[in-house]
Amino acid sequence: MTVLFVVLPLTILISVFAVAAFVWAARAGQLDDLTTPPLRMLADESPPEPPPRQPASPPDL
Amino acid sequence: MTFGAAPTSAEREHASGVFARPAACAHCGTPLPPGAVPDENGEAFCCNGCRAVRAFILACGLDHYYRQRDDLAPPPRPAAPTARGYAELDHPDIAQRFVHDLGDGTAEVTFVLEGVHCSACVWLIERLPRVVPGVHEARLSFERAEVTVRFRPDLARLSAIARGLDGLGYPPHLPRRSSGELGDTQADRDLVLRLGVAFAAAGNVMLMAFALYSGATDTGEGPYATLLRWGSLALTLPTVAYSGAVFFRGAWAALRTRTPHMDLPVSIGIAAGTIWGTVNTIRGQGEIYFDTITTLIFLLLVGRWLGRRHQRAAARVVDLYAALSPTTARVVTVDGLVEMPARAVEENAIVEVRAGEPFPVDGLVASGTSAVDASSLTGESLPVTVTIGDRVYAGTKNTEATLLVRTEAAGAATRVSRLLASVEAAQRARAPIVKLADRVAGWFVWAALGLAAITFAAWSVVDPTLALDQAVALLVVTCPCALGMATPLAVSVALSRAARAGLLFKGGEFLEELSRPALFVLDKTGTVTEGQLRLVDWIGPNTVKSLLGAVEARSEHPIARAVMRDFAAEPKREASSVTAIPGGGVRGVVDGHQVLAGSPALVRRELCVEHLDPKLESAVTRFSQAGRTPIVVAVDGVALAAAAFADGLRSDARDTLAALEKLGARFALLSGDHPEVVAQAAASLGVPFVHVEGGAGPERKLACVTELERRHGRVVMVGDGVNDAGALAAARVGFSVHGGAEASLGAADVFATEPGLSPLLRAVVGARRTLRVIRRGIAFSLAYNAVGATLAVLGLLSPLLAAVAMPLSSLAVVTNAFRSRTFDAP
Repeated sequence: MTVLFVVLPLTILISVFAVAAFVWAARAGQLDDLTTPPLRMLADESPPEPPPRQPASPPDL
Repeated sequence: MTFGAAPTSAEREHASGVFARPAACAHCGTPLPPGAVPDENGEAFCCNGCRAVRAFILACGLDHYYRQRDDLAPPPRPAAPTARGYAELDHPDIAQRFVHDLGDGTAEVTFVLEGVHCSACVWLIERLPRVVPGVHEARLSFERAEVTVRFRPDLARLSAIARGLDGLGYPPHLPRRSSGELGDTQADRDLVLRLGVAFAAAGNVMLMAFALYSGATDTGEGPYATLLRWGSLALTLPTVAYSGAVFFRGAWAALRTRTPHMDLPVSIGIAAGTIWGTVNTIRGQGEIYFDTITTLIFLLLVGRWLGRRHQRAAARVVDLYAALSPTTARVVTVDGLVEMPARAVEENAIVEVRAGEPFPVDGLVASGTSAVDASSLTGESLPVTVTIGDRVYAGTKNTEATLLVRTEAAGAATRVSRLLASVEAAQRARAPIVKLADRVAGWFVWAALGLAAITFAAWSVVDPTLALDQAVALLVVTCPCALGMATPLAVSVALSRAARAGLLFKGGEFLEELSRPALFVLDKTGTVTEGQLRLVDWIGPNTVKSLLGAVEARSEHPIARAVMRDFAAEPKREASSVTAIPGGGVRGVVDGHQVLAGSPALVRRELCVEHLDPKLESAVTRFSQAGRTPIVVAVDGVALAAAAFADGLRSDARDTLAALEKLGARFALLSGDHPEVVAQAAASLGVPFVHVEGGAGPERKLACVTELERRHGRVVMVGDGVNDAGALAAARVGFSVHGGAEASLGAADVFATEPGLSPLLRAVVGARRTLRVIRRGIAFSLAYNAVGATLAVLGLLSPLLAAVAMPLSSLAVVTNAFRSRTFDAP
């Protein structure tokens, strides 16, 4: 059971790493928008070959 | 793709039988209106907007969008591109304020978009680089309907980006953030960080507590219990200092301002448990409360985080509306017309304002004659005729003809901007609302501290070594976790349900205020009435209706629009040489007949007669006396028909007010319209009014609300216009009906996203139900605390029992919050 003296500090150390990763993610803005990324994920990849670009003006109404 | 080819293609389709006749719009999926016919591709559209957007999407090679959309089956929503040029976006002032240079040759700009409604929109908008050359990346934030575009300023102009977004069916607007948006993001991140830290600590401390509860002791092999206690302490102290600081700060503010707040009892419990737990860890005996404390901090932060998320929704809608209101003006210069931001217009510059557009600046009419719809600023339901030298105000609408206006004030100096400044002052002056849960917390603190003192005293007699232990146990167990979570959760669940039912609350406290009996002060124009004229009476041959419809077809005058709406079923005729007559009249030629329409006085003058036909004269007199607007139609020089127009009551107004009256509400009617019209409306609403007042300007409305609040207690102001904004902000609760001006949304505490007055009733009923849920939650957590306190006083409370009972009680209040009916969707 003496292994506890090693494992317990180790657990805390791992937790500190996990919290550090969380802090980094939050600071980088990854948790700011919780709605769009799940929606973005739903979209399939678009067909591989995009046709040539068209002039950027919508047709007249 | 022409309309002319459509019938033949429809026949072809029908004959071949290959295609089923389309039943829904090829772009948005809305069921087709009766007149829609398929084009040569077998596609039919609900409107020209959808037709244009589909053509643009296909031309850009983005047809994959439709596959995405069909898989997701979002609610149908017609596209509404504006096909504008967006030239004003290329003004240097815009680039300076809204474009951020990223330093690597690219820049970033953010637009707020109309029409974002499903995840296929996310896909389509983020394909913007394929649509506009020079755009590198587009990222959409769905919740805010904001797209951030990274582009090369040397390759893509802002106007081109805007035209691309518009062509896809999402008209873009520059964001006009309510102040402190950036600070909000920072505060959100801050709270999430504290939450995450508390969660990690609570999880680990609980594992160690598990070992301690199951009987870890210091043995010959090693001091295990001591190790676990010190380990828990190492995790708890930083958590209390960092995550718990939220509560300590709140408690300190509550003490300083002497207002009761939930944070106070929470802080006392946390502080007592932490300090005594630390002492016990150092002493190596007694109980530590670290597992309970970390879990408590975590759960309370979850409640707080949920609350923040739901309140943000209302603020976002206000921002969106703020971005939608026009910000550009067309200035007449030597080089022709220049479109520029309205706030950049200089004094004495001449601005062109076409029929149907709002005025961008305050100024004097320099050329032209027209009618101005000032209802949003003054509450008058009828337009006022203006001509050279008359003053017009930003935010009102030009209805009849193009005007040139000499600018007197623009931007912050306009009357409407000054009015908005008074709104902010009224909001600051309003007494803060103390929430029910905080009031309960106020005496809760004293009860907990008193009981702790008694426990300590009693145990000092029985067994002095246990006295402090028992007192701290009591403080920890009475720490109102369930109470602290019960209200925020019940409120945030109710707010999200309310949002689905078409009601946006800016804060949970307004739920409480709305649930109590109050004096409802109603605005007339646009609130209890439709805010637009309708035909209410017609004297004369029905054939004249289509003639009147033909001459009014092009006008933006409210009466003309009423004619177009109400005569939509009449046969369509074309009018030629239509001219507007100053003073509210119009003349034109329809099928060879000279048609003249206008006010009775105008028609008499134009026809050069003293009196009209006696039947028409008596009808006109009757209409005027009833507070309606009469119009006389003359054909080939003979007055043939008279029509009466009125701003009718909303169809649900009477029922809503009757239902509210049953719930104990009282009413007052306050309007900027003419006193007779206001009195008429009050009489026809069918409920008693304690106060009816007409001719009240924005300043008078504000003063009147303050006065009524002093005389009658709680006032709920219900309005829609800019002129109501001050009153909405000053009242205990401001409620803005659907379609309200942007300023009124900014000032209101609650606003409806569904038309009509019935959302007001839904809000009141829902608020009452929510308050019942809150009371139930509070009652439960108080009962739990009473039992816990009794056990603690008797010395029967083990820390294990406290650790188990606390999450259980929280679970009970969470279930209560989620299971209860509050707001129902309409």
